[in-house]
Amino acid sequence: MSPRAAWRLESLGFESVFDYEAGKTDWTGSGLPSEGEGAERPRPGMIAIPVATCRLGEQVREVEKRVEEADDTMCIVVADDDVVLGRVSLAQLRSNPEAVVDDVMSPGPTTVRYDEELVGLTVRMQDKEVGDILVTTPAGKLVGVMYRKVAEELLGDALDEYRAHQEHHHH
Amino acid sequence: MPGSVTREELQRLVAEEGARVVEVLPREDYDFEHIAGAINIPLKELDDAAASALAKDAPVVVYCNDFL
Repeated sequence: MSPRAAWRLESLGFESVFDYEAGKTDWTGSGLPSEGEGAERPRPGMIAIPVATCRLGEQVREVEKRVEEADDTMCIVVADDDVVLGRVSLAQLRSNPEAVVDDVMSPGPTTVRYDEELVGLTVRMQDKEVGDILVTTPAGKLVGVMYRKVAEELLGDALDEYRAHQEHHHH
Repeated sequence: MPGSVTREELQRLVAEEGARVVEVLPREDYDFEHIAGAINIPLKELDDAAASALAKDAPVVVYCNDFL
């Protein structure tokens, strides 16, 4: 739709017209400011918290020390541009201190976008008994870890209402 | 031919060149959520509204949801 609008504006005599092709999805997915009735809704990116990170090729022993110092239970493996490559738990790190991160990490972890719909996401995490999930921008850059418990506390009754609504539609 | 811009380029155009950002989706979509500072000119109303709402010599960046 926006390419058509851009062409139309140019034909109307506008001299400098640009198309932001990635659009609203990209903008809000990156956590940039928005306005409107729905702009204040809670999103995963807002409640995600920082987490220890490491790079491919790093010594497990070093990474383990860092994770313990940060009082974390995991470390996220990122590329130079902070794009998520994998995750590694403290248990995985302790299993082989002599290895490099590449050898013990779980590649391609599940991620959600900064502005994924939070209520539905939290319910799915409950159903699958997932306690935490990585939050990224649309380009895959790490924002942080969202803990289900934090979302549950924030959403409260909204979760029960969502489930009731789902039940209603299934029967 | 209209150029395509990234998020970063859009921010630069707004900050340094006073670009207007225009959401071309219908009013309901805009009302629910839009880029902070953007105005709404639904595609169907573009011809008339653009002429009155926008300056022809300032940069204009249009967007919708995404290219999908």
